[in-house]
Amino acid sequence: MRVMVESRMRELRYREALREAMAEEMERDERVFIMGEEVGHYQGAYKVTEGLLARFGAKRVIDTPIAEEGFAGIAIGAAMVGLRPIVEFMTWNFSAVAFDQILSNAAKLRQMSGGQFTVPIVFRGPNGAAKQTAAQHSHAMETFYAQIPGIKVVVPATVADAKAFMKAAIRDDNPVLVLEDERLYGTKGEVPDGDHVEPFGVAAVRRAGEDVTLATWGKMLLPCLEAAEQLAKSGGPSCEIVDLRTLRPLDHHTVVESVRKTGRLVVVHEAWPYGGPGAELVDRVQREAFDALDAPVLRCTGRDAAMPYNKKLEDMTIPDAKTVLAAVRAVMAY
Amino acid sequence: MTKVLAASTDPMFGLFSVIRDDGSMSDEHKAKIPDALLARMYREMRRLRALDERMLVIQRQGRIGFYGEVKGQEATPIATGLALDAEDWIFPALREGAAMLVRGFPLDTYVAQCFGNSCDVNKGRQMPSHYSGKSVHQVSWSSCIGPQVPQAVGAAWAMKLRKANTIAVGFLGDGATSQADFHNAMNFAAVFKTPCVIICQNNHWAISVPSKMQSASPTFASKAIAYGMPGVRVDGNDVCAVYLALSDAAARARDGEGPTFIECVTYRMGAHSSSDDPTRYRSNEEVDAWRKKDPLDKLRKAVVARGLIDDARDEALFNEVDNEVKAAIVKVESAANPPRESVFEDVYGELPWHLREQREELLASAPPPAHGAGH
Repeated sequence: MRVMVESRMRELRYREALREAMAEEMERDERVFIMGEEVGHYQGAYKVTEGLLARFGAKRVIDTPIAEEGFAGIAIGAAMVGLRPIVEFMTWNFSAVAFDQILSNAAKLRQMSGGQFTVPIVFRGPNGAAKQTAAQHSHAMETFYAQIPGIKVVVPATVADAKAFMKAAIRDDNPVLVLEDERLYGTKGEVPDGDHVEPFGVAAVRRAGEDVTLATWGKMLLPCLEAAEQLAKSGGPSCEIVDLRTLRPLDHHTVVESVRKTGRLVVVHEAWPYGGPGAELVDRVQREAFDALDAPVLRCTGRDAAMPYNKKLEDMTIPDAKTVLAAVRAVMAY
Repeated sequence: MTKVLAASTDPMFGLFSVIRDDGSMSDEHKAKIPDALLARMYREMRRLRALDERMLVIQRQGRIGFYGEVKGQEATPIATGLALDAEDWIFPALREGAAMLVRGFPLDTYVAQCFGNSCDVNKGRQMPSHYSGKSVHQVSWSSCIGPQVPQAVGAAWAMKLRKANTIAVGFLGDGATSQADFHNAMNFAAVFKTPCVIICQNNHWAISVPSKMQSASPTFASKAIAYGMPGVRVDGNDVCAVYLALSDAAARARDGEGPTFIECVTYRMGAHSSSDDPTRYRSNEEVDAWRKKDPLDKLRKAVVARGLIDDARDEALFNEVDNEVKAAIVKVESAANPPRESVFEDVYGELPWHLREQREELLASAPPPAHGAGH
């Protein structure tokens, strides 16, 4: 992670970091505005946009009718003629209603028009399982979007990344999807003061290690760190943790480099196991670091089923430190 | 809305028309459609019909992959091109591309879109009949049926936020009124009071599905009532009627009075596209009845009634526009294909490393054998 040593650090919560990024960019560029359900008077379903209506007014913080496909289309049209919308989905689950506008319009308009039209737009909101929100509120949607050329997909795991990537997303001339996480909104972390943005497609090594690489993104960074900590305390294998940070572009180079050192890889993600960026990483590693591998690559993923409401069943469906540990032990035992 | 137009356009039962059966029009309408404008309309429609005929032949010969005929529905795109200001935005459906031509987009570049070669501003990435030209503020329609309409509303809304005196017009067919995006567009347009006009070209057929199978509303225009905006029903084969109705709606939008929904009642005289055979689902009697209402014949009567044309001049005009079309085709058809590595351009504003990798990989492979227009 690039940290400006000279800058003062402040502790913020993840949601505050997102809010600060949006507010700073709205100050910086009058073309930037926010729209979505409950983003204004209600201050956001998860309070990410709290205070922004009072600060920027109803023309730049816009409560919309309940229609994801509708306001996605409205924002795309506004972006095509020069504004820079930030669209909040109350959760990424509901973005499925707007999928055609994202897939066949936002992502493709620049290409289909031979570069005549651009869609500088940010789609953002919480992704993945919260707590006991069941099948229709718990979907890890990043797998679908990471497939699409023409958009960028960001999955910030840390508070500093939440701010830096949100700012980068707003300034980007391409459609950028920022997949946040309800379980991360309350987490605290250090954020550098000042105008700090991160480049897309550069992974971060969150923990250096020797024996096994854990590649992950989003909130799954937390169980990876926990598992690595436990192993370190018990004299177990030493884990190197790579946080991908963006899934499109996907920095597989950092993972390949790490595997060349450790010889073992476990890919950890919350989304369903079938296909997706996790499988893409496995493909890249077997192509580019085949000789370095001492064990088959394992994946530790969400179970291949709809998310249950029942707490015990939900816990069992999402990877945690225990399942990560089991996967690490399995690759070490090979 | 002017009193005359409002009184004649009850969304349930009205049908606003201007050109009478004998080609005459009221003095009031005549004053609004001066001779020069009427002659311009006629030339544009003559040219569009000639273009359609030639392009359809080219498609049948396998020189382009697809074509969506406009025949029978020319009045609305031509009226739109003439009624709007140069800065206004057009978000068309399949059969309104030609508004671009009316607003000055070069015919040869327009035709090149169908060949998808290096003369095409879209760089060969869009199907034929999906024209777009940023220079004339027109985007391409969305094949998914409907998404362009909320985008038009969004563009209009951006104009309102920027306090520009500019409007946007979004198009759809009768079939697309069944889509959620129609509802979204109408609802947002009315709630946000955006400066836009939403135009439904009711051509009676969504490929093979008749309009009565799309909607149980008494008319498409009447749907506007529920959204809280004026609905206007216009003879979509009468270019003067569409021109005046749209001019009124555009003025309303510019004055900050919000959106208008216009149903243009028309008929698709040809097939849905080059992939469709309409004789399988509609009767010759029906087609013949509408042929008698051909918008070109209707407009010709008006032009003749004003003494602006006679048979000899009409033939000369036909030859002139047909030659223009032929010359445009000749000029662009044999242009080179876009370079193969161009597929990686415009995926993003910049070329990211992973696409640079793929580009290098592609360029390292043997190029495909030299080929002509590529279709």
